[in-house]
Amino acid sequence: MTPILSIKGLRKAYDGGVEALKGVDLDIMPGEIFALLGPNGAGKTTLISIVCGIVTGSGGTISVGGHDNRSDFRAARSMIGLVPQELTTDAFETVWATVSFSRGLFGKPRDDGKIETILKRLSLWDKRKARMMELSGGMKRRVMIAKALSHEPKLLFLDEPSAGVDVELRRDMWELVRKLRADGTTVVLTTHYIEEAEEMADRVGVIRKGELVALGDKAELMRRMGQKTLKITLDPPLEAVPAGLAAWSPALEDDGHTLCYRFDAHADDTGIAGLMRALEEQKVGFKDLSTHQSSLEDIFVALVHGAEEVA
Amino acid sequence: MNWTGIGAIYSFEMARARRTLWQSLVAPVITTSLYFLVFGSAIGSRMSQMAGVDYAAFIVPGLILLSVLTQSIANASFGIYFPKFTGTIYEVLSAPISPLETVVAYVGAAVTKSVVLALVTLATATLFVPVGVDHPLLMAAFLVLISTGFCLLGFVIGVLAKNFEQLQFVPMLVVTPLTFLGGVFYSVATIGEPWRTVTRLNPILYLVSGYRWTFFGHADVPLPASILVMAGAILFPLAAIVWIFKSGYRLKN
Repeated sequence: MTPILSIKGLRKAYDGGVEALKGVDLDIMPGEIFALLGPNGAGKTTLISIVCGIVTGSGGTISVGGHDNRSDFRAARSMIGLVPQELTTDAFETVWATVSFSRGLFGKPRDDGKIETILKRLSLWDKRKARMMELSGGMKRRVMIAKALSHEPKLLFLDEPSAGVDVELRRDMWELVRKLRADGTTVVLTTHYIEEAEEMADRVGVIRKGELVALGDKAELMRRMGQKTLKITLDPPLEAVPAGLAAWSPALEDDGHTLCYRFDAHADDTGIAGLMRALEEQKVGFKDLSTHQSSLEDIFVALVHGAEEVA
Repeated sequence: MNWTGIGAIYSFEMARARRTLWQSLVAPVITTSLYFLVFGSAIGSRMSQMAGVDYAAFIVPGLILLSVLTQSIANASFGIYFPKFTGTIYEVLSAPISPLETVVAYVGAAVTKSVVLALVTLATATLFVPVGVDHPLLMAAFLVLISTGFCLLGFVIGVLAKNFEQLQFVPMLVVTPLTFLGGVFYSVATIGEPWRTVTRLNPILYLVSGYRWTFFGHADVPLPASILVMAGAILFPLAAIVWIFKSGYRLKN
């Protein structure tokens, strides 16, 4: 399958000398939901802005549906819808006018029925005659999405869709993204909320300081990167880790009530059996056991802090 | 060409003008009326003819240009500066619309507004004084050309401006004084040296003179010189725009 978006060696150096992107390679497949994770300032928005044509890159190539985004920008941009992070709207325009404007701007002939469908889908139909400035932040966000969908893009960028959004709208948005995917739209979202990526994405890319430091299938990434933690609830609590357990280097938490042992679930010898026997020998009493799979968040924190790099 | 896209921006800009009808049309008309009351009726009635034309009528072409030049810059610069200021420019930049098409749409809308403003000002003037137009087609053509030049200039200002103050600078502190000194209220023939020579360095004199010629057949400077200045007024900002889009300066960084 050919990628709908193919980014090769994308670099961006700003005038001040800041290198926002240091040679990013990324392929997005048609119909997938891709989450680009990274802390603020990692280069997520710069990446999207270059793909959409808002910012000019310093090097590398981008092709959208096989169209180069510079030499064949019309075809490339026609396929893209962008919901930017900032709520930038024309305060005096009505919802209907601003969404219709977007469709026209992208060169699509007027189609009131289409706009109606989009507005209804985003629960904006009742607000179609309202001016943008009369709307709440959440409603404005919906309008931004409606504008991006107005020209029926094949590839939709959602830049930090959850920023400043309440729980209800976030759920609505996730629902919408799933529906869009069902219709064949490819969705790329940036976020620094792990739960969003975990909930939504098929594949995840982690960007740090302008470099893609991890890329992969969400489940695979979690398996590859994931560590498990065995938590042992002690009874009675311990003051210090007994010397006989030093080989497992467990951590004592919760005022000595919990003993935590991190292990690699895919290793031949996880070390659990040995630890259990050692506990028995050391006469350490315990009343409960639980294992915990590290979340995307743990992986993310590890990556972002440079503890571990996976290409 | 993305004509639908051009149409979308053009209609958007025209809708904005309709919303702000007061600023766009009513205010300039009132200002012009005041000029006629003061210069045309109060002072003009005591003055002899200027260049063989009744003084109140003589100032009409210049007054039209005074409004057109300042409003062209104001409209066109605001039209592009405001989306930059609010951030909505992202949509235009990400749309399948070329820089040329963007300019055509924004400047086209601003020119339309300027031409409408000029015609309304002319109509207002005829309420005060009979004004004949010797060359109506050339009058319209010059009007469109001059508006285009100053709307392009306004577009450049709007792109380069970093704040609202810079937006005001050129129309208030450059164009208005130059227009006043460009023979709006007098013929250069009536002033002595060295000011006559100094006045001839003012490009706006050539615009006012050429435009007045289409009304009364009288010009302070040769008509070809006026046409040359008109061409320059279009080409210079156009070159600046080409450079801006080539370099991405202050639009994309």
